[in-house]
Amino acid sequence: MSSTFPSSTLPPRSLTANALPRWAPLLVAVVSAGLGVLASVLFSWGVAGLVLVAGSAMLLLLPLWSAVVENGRKAKDRLMTGLVWSTLAVALLPLVSLLWKVISKGAPQINGDFLTYTMRNVILAQQGGIYHALIGTLLVTVMAGIISIPIGIFCAIYLIEYGAGSRLAQAITFLVDVMTGIPSIVAGLFAYALLVALLGPGTQMAFGGAIALSLLMIPVVVRSTEEMLKLVPNDLREAAYALGVPKWRTIAKVVLPTALSGIITGVTLAIARVIGETAPLVIICGMTDGVNTNPFSQAMATLPVFIYSTFQEGTGTSVSAIANADRAWGAALVLIVIVMALNLLARFIGKIFAPKTGR
Amino acid sequence: MAKSIDVSGLNIYYGDFLAVQDVNVTIKARAVTALIGPSGCGKSTFLRTLNRMHEVIPGARVEGDVVLGSDAIYGPNVDPVEVRRTVGMVFQRPNPFPTMSIYENVLAGNRLNNRKLKKADADAIVEKALSGANLWSEVKDRLNKPGMGLSGGQQQRLCIARAIAVEPQVLLMDEPCSALDPISTAAVEDLIHELKTDYTIVIVTHNMQQAARVSEYTGFFNLKAAGQPGHLVEFNKTSKMFSTPEQESTEAYISGRFG
Ligand SMILES: Nc1ncnc2c1ncn2[C@@H]1O[C@H](COP(=O)(O)OP(=O)(O)OP(=O)(O)O)[C@@H](O)[C@H]1O
Ligand SMILES: [Mg+2]
Repeated sequence: MSSTFPSSTLPPRSLTANALPRWAPLLVAVVSAGLGVLASVLFSWGVAGLVLVAGSAMLLLLPLWSAVVENGRKAKDRLMTGLVWSTLAVALLPLVSLLWKVISKGAPQINGDFLTYTMRNVILAQQGGIYHALIGTLLVTVMAGIISIPIGIFCAIYLIEYGAGSRLAQAITFLVDVMTGIPSIVAGLFAYALLVALLGPGTQMAFGGAIALSLLMIPVVVRSTEEMLKLVPNDLREAAYALGVPKWRTIAKVVLPTALSGIITGVTLAIARVIGETAPLVIICGMTDGVNTNPFSQAMATLPVFIYSTFQEGTGTSVSAIANADRAWGAALVLIVIVMALNLLARFIGKIFAPKTGR
Repeated sequence: MAKSIDVSGLNIYYGDFLAVQDVNVTIKARAVTALIGPSGCGKSTFLRTLNRMHEVIPGARVEGDVVLGSDAIYGPNVDPVEVRRTVGMVFQRPNPFPTMSIYENVLAGNRLNNRKLKKADADAIVEKALSGANLWSEVKDRLNKPGMGLSGGQQQRLCIARAIAVEPQVLLMDEPCSALDPISTAAVEDLIHELKTDYTIVIVTHNMQQAARVSEYTGFFNLKAAGQPGHLVEFNKTSKMFSTPEQESTEAYISGRFG
């Protein structure tokens, strides 16, 4: 074979090339920051102007310098690197500022009494607490979990292991997708209508809230469990069948354990997702000042509704309004900490149950 | 306890696609039967019909009869799960259970079927199966380590140990050595030699020397033409097959003049 590439189309190759010094990004950063400060002082644009000017200067200067000294590919690389970093910063900004706000406003409220007192007979700025709301959130979420976790997991098992491709399975998948998009207030109204139909108008009970939350939770559990079951290699199922293991036992003893860590992670994230749901609980669980541990009668306070109602009473400058606003921030911080704890727990559990390779 | 297998008029389908056509063969008990043939001619497909693993695939079905000993395995009221307990299988790719230790993997067939075992009996089964698979000396000090932590060849021998731990009467092996080095391959071949005193063994292989080394009987599968179903071209004693085959295409395939 004599056909080779015409050598004239290839650029001359050299393994070395001009490179910017390693401290170049740092220098550009300092210069850009200087530019930013200058601009904000000259035109009195404030902090926002400073960040904007410094950021765009950094984004432009480094690629330009690189284009002059290095080559086009490296300049593009530096430009894209800059863009990726700046979008990351933009994405993190709201999260960090939200955390900052909640922590700075909420942290001063947190103390032993705040966590163990209720709001019963608390007037003006006396020490009140969120104990009743914590208990309520715990009860409602646990009930929602008890309802939705088995339903969701069994539904996913049907879809992946038994239904695969059948009409029924396609219909269920479609309905689950639709359920994922149900606004939480609609779930609340549905659960409320159910209670009214069964028990008469004006019924308030925490169990109804749990029903509403499980409507929101089930699709999340189904979806995440489905994904995890799909990841279990078919080889393992066949290996079990070839040993003469019946299908249901293969699912129970081989497929589920293999997918367990992912399923638990998904379930925990689903709980984290609904624990801060407010709208349906406002309708069904209502609000009360004291502890109610009976989920089948009367109103029960929950953290999100507590935040909502104290914040509503917290507008204005009166002593009790300021105290209520503070309590709302404190409760918000507690809620965020719970959600974060659940997320960490999910990761931790995922690690523990992950199949071990032993290498 | 080893049983022979009688196959007659077997057509194997994936949905509407006829993959293998009209197989008639008798596989002798206590002997090794090798299946050879070009890729895609239906060796794995045929093998999987012998323990009813074929029908695990959605839409897959068979026509014809497979008689194990004196029982028609596709007869009415036959429980495929019972068939698979009698006819064990080793797959091309090693597939130990990732959640189980080496010890548990070997016992998987017993444990997953909820057979209650005394600790001493379980230990005995594990040692016997692992020794049978030539793996015992390599893993006896780390039985409680995960099965996935073994090398590929060791995993394959673990899977063989898992298959023989339930003492099936027939053992099907689909290219069991294709992922193994020569030493592990030799170990598995020795194992096949030992096992054939107790089991009926059917092995699919692409390695002609291996077929000649381990088997008493050989079946040659081929496609009639591209796009046509596969069929069993010739079935004979291995010695005859590799010296004076009856069919011209067998001769061509074996001598490497194929395609
Ligand atoms: N799950 C399946 N669904 C549909 N068709 C399949 C499936 N598995 C195999 N086939 C088809 O059946 C035919 C036989 O395949 P089979 O896997 O039995 O070949 P083989 O002889 O084992 O090949 P190889 O030596 O490459 O393993 C091929 O045409 C293949 O495309
Ligand atoms: Mg094959």
